[in-house]
Amino acid sequence: RAAWVSGKTRPMEYRVAQLEALGRFLDEKKEDILEAIALDMGKPPFEAELSEIFLCKNELHEALNNLSHWVKDQHVDRNLVMQLDSTFIRKDPYGVVLIIAPWNCPISLLLGPLIGAVAAGNCVILKPSEVTKNTERLMAEALPSYLDKDCVALVTAGVQETTRLLENKFDYIFYTGNPSVGRIVMAAAAKHLTPVMLELGGKNPCYVCDTCDVQNVARRVAWGRFFNAGQTCAGPDYVLCSAEMQEKLVPALRKAITDFYGFNPRVSPDFARIVGDTHFQRVQALLRSGRVVIGGQTDEKERYIAPTVLVDLQPSDPVMQEEIFGPILSIITVANMDEAIDFINSRERPLVVYAFSSDDKVVNQVLERTSSGGFCGNDTLMHVMLTSLPFGGIGNSGLGMYHGKFTFDTFTHHRGCLHRNMGREALNTLRYPPYSQQKLGIVRAASEVKRKGACTLL
Amino acid sequence: AAWLSGKTRPMEYRVAQLEALGRFLDEKKQDILEATALDMGKPSFEAYFTEILLCKNELNNTLNNLSHWMKDEHVDKNLVTQLDSAFIRKDPYGVVLIIAPWNYPIHLFLVPLIGAIAAGNCVIVKPSETSKNTERLVAEVLTCYLDNDCFAVVTAGMQETTRLLENKFDYIFFTGSPSVGRIIMTAAAKHLTPVTLELGGKNPCYVSDICDVQNVARRVAWGRFFNAGQTCIAPDYVLCSVEMQEKLMPALREAITEFFGSNPQESPDFGRIVGDKQFRRIQALLCSGRVAIGGQTDEKERYIAPTVLADVLPSDPAMQEEIFGPILPIVVVASMDEAIDFINARPPPLAIYAFSCDSKVVNQVLERTSSGGFCGNDTLMHVTLTSLPFGGIGNSGLGKYHGKFTFDTFPRLRGCLHRNMGLEALNALRYPPYSQQKLGMLTATFEIKRKGMCTLL
Repeated sequence: RAAWVSGKTRPMEYRVAQLEALGRFLDEKKEDILEAIALDMGKPPFEAELSEIFLCKNELHEALNNLSHWVKDQHVDRNLVMQLDSTFIRKDPYGVVLIIAPWNCPISLLLGPLIGAVAAGNCVILKPSEVTKNTERLMAEALPSYLDKDCVALVTAGVQETTRLLENKFDYIFYTGNPSVGRIVMAAAAKHLTPVMLELGGKNPCYVCDTCDVQNVARRVAWGRFFNAGQTCAGPDYVLCSAEMQEKLVPALRKAITDFYGFNPRVSPDFARIVGDTHFQRVQALLRSGRVVIGGQTDEKERYIAPTVLVDLQPSDPVMQEEIFGPILSIITVANMDEAIDFINSRERPLVVYAFSSDDKVVNQVLERTSSGGFCGNDTLMHVMLTSLPFGGIGNSGLGMYHGKFTFDTFTHHRGCLHRNMGREALNTLRYPPYSQQKLGIVRAASEVKRKGACTLL
Repeated sequence: AAWLSGKTRPMEYRVAQLEALGRFLDEKKQDILEATALDMGKPSFEAYFTEILLCKNELNNTLNNLSHWMKDEHVDKNLVTQLDSAFIRKDPYGVVLIIAPWNYPIHLFLVPLIGAIAAGNCVIVKPSETSKNTERLVAEVLTCYLDNDCFAVVTAGMQETTRLLENKFDYIFFTGSPSVGRIIMTAAAKHLTPVTLELGGKNPCYVSDICDVQNVARRVAWGRFFNAGQTCIAPDYVLCSVEMQEKLMPALREAITEFFGSNPQESPDFGRIVGDKQFRRIQALLCSGRVAIGGQTDEKERYIAPTVLADVLPSDPAMQEEIFGPILPIVVVASMDEAIDFINARPPPLAIYAFSCDSKVVNQVLERTSSGGFCGNDTLMHVTLTSLPFGGIGNSGLGKYHGKFTFDTFPRLRGCLHRNMGLEALNALRYPPYSQQKLGMLTATFEIKRKGMCTLL
């Protein structure tokens, strides 16, 4: 906090230097990062490089390329009364920011927010996940040598210590994780009136209309579902389609899975593992829902769960009661698009809604009639890769949004500023007492915002 | 149920509701002025300005720009998504709760209401039970103007409001005190409901030695005594040197006399305190420092004279809480640096004011402090500009509104990508089986390069 008060993090050169140091960390420690993640959850290096290193570097470059522009005072429109004054929005940092990261993308979900927080001029305390032990250790040991220790600190903590950590007053808290812990974080923040950003999760529905290219859909859905062995908050959680579409989709999914991972995904180097034993047991228990049509094999020692597709499910089945967060794709049959939309709307609002159709009108209908953090038509996960789109949840799936400039804005306090002239007092007398109708008329004329299209006869 | 029906979403519906609000302000103008006069002796000039004019400005600003604000915002695409549709959809949150305070009882629920409706939400309004006449007016009359399926007014005291908060809302907008703000946010946390909290604080007012003393005195006095001091952004206390205090005092005396005459109790242009409890709270603060101007009170009328306290110490009662009354304490500091340290040692306020003929001084104060908003060389005026965001930070609040910012508070920005069903060949790069070659090509299509770096081909 002392470093924050010293104002050290505010000059632009300082922020750029920190961000560039982060870039060097990602470059120089790339191999170590890939190794740690592989140890923690068997993440294939391709996936790790894409989702951890590459996405972070994009965010980093986006910030570095645009920082001088984002940081500038933003001048705003003035009314008649203030024509000669200076009116602008100053982008102030919040102060000391806490970032709590989860284990599924342990680097990018910690560094992504960090980039925005540093770009906005804050001091940061990082709390990486204790579940991904190797990555946690790597960050704790290596990161401090790249970043200024006065202003960026890394804390390793389990559940108990994190609870105590939250008793402190922070100026902003950024939390990625599950909804139940999200509530705890927000309640703790409420005591200090600390603003929060919560990136939570949910069951992301995937509506597949009858009019589509089945093989393409199967590939895109399978990719989104089985990337990182399903441990992606934006992954498609379940499919809604007609019984006829299910008949076509299942063989197409089988083909896609074989194309991706071969006949025995367990020996494919491109398929990941579940992060820990508790999580493995939880996901494994969900297999007892409906009927397994593809996959279903598990290996506890390796924490391997095969890419699996389940059909004949009831909304009351275990697999439909919680976010799956594993390589299981459920298929629920509905009669038509309206039923699918009702199904989606009767549940908590998810992080993403997916809709597949060759007919644009269908995709737009689903977009219009549902509510979600984000939306992607005819693909999965790709909207997350575009830094110009805001990423975040709504309701149970989260609060706030980030990526690209939105991260910078999240960590910036937009301070409305007016700088007037010390003189020219005559103009002000209109508003001072003693009041009169005449004065009021003039004040009104000078500050009024008229409705356009209304004629004023002079 | 009304929310699910999607009734509030079409633009025509929103415009119709907003125009109905405009008619409410026009047709019920007299009733509004009367109700606020009864509740707190608000002079009709002040009431007209803040409750009617500023609201109409927000309304017109919104109606003028709504079609533009509502549009999908197309965003930059990368190479991979060049042929796709990438945009931000402005979706409403759903059912929004607006809780308003008593000091500007119409304005502080109407302005958020305008934004909430403009963004397509259903709204429940809870006006303050402290300003009884206004509360009654709003409950009886507003419902005749707005669609009852989608908008409701709830009258509730403390207990009922607590029960109201147990329900799940999709957004809560609260204006009031920090202690209640915490309760609201804690209740919201149970349902993960996003909130905007407009709270308060002690807004400092630094007066440098180089200034036009009479102008400063007028502007500060105006800001402090408007609505008898019951304004969340009013200058709460002055920081200046001993010499400046000497000069400021007679200037303030003159300004007060200019505004309210030699007996402000008889001026029709000076308000009253809203209730007995609040009256007693403020009266107790008078025993801080030394009363240099004013200090008279009249319990029957809930009148407290425009008062200036000199030589106030940080430990005095008047410096322990937001005053929210017509009392201006002056705290003496040695220099601008000491003033800045004084401000920074306290929770960040809703507004910081700095007066100086030297722009550099004003800028220094701006740079080295943190606050919801800032105004140099004047008070209150920054909130009348709809293009500036208004809100607090830390103890003074969370979130911002006014103008487009109100509209932006209430919709959920939904990032949308609409891809082509075909063109599958392009996607093959990302599918397993993975290879270094694929990775290289893939990253080339997504990459954001650092500008200014040459790539030697």
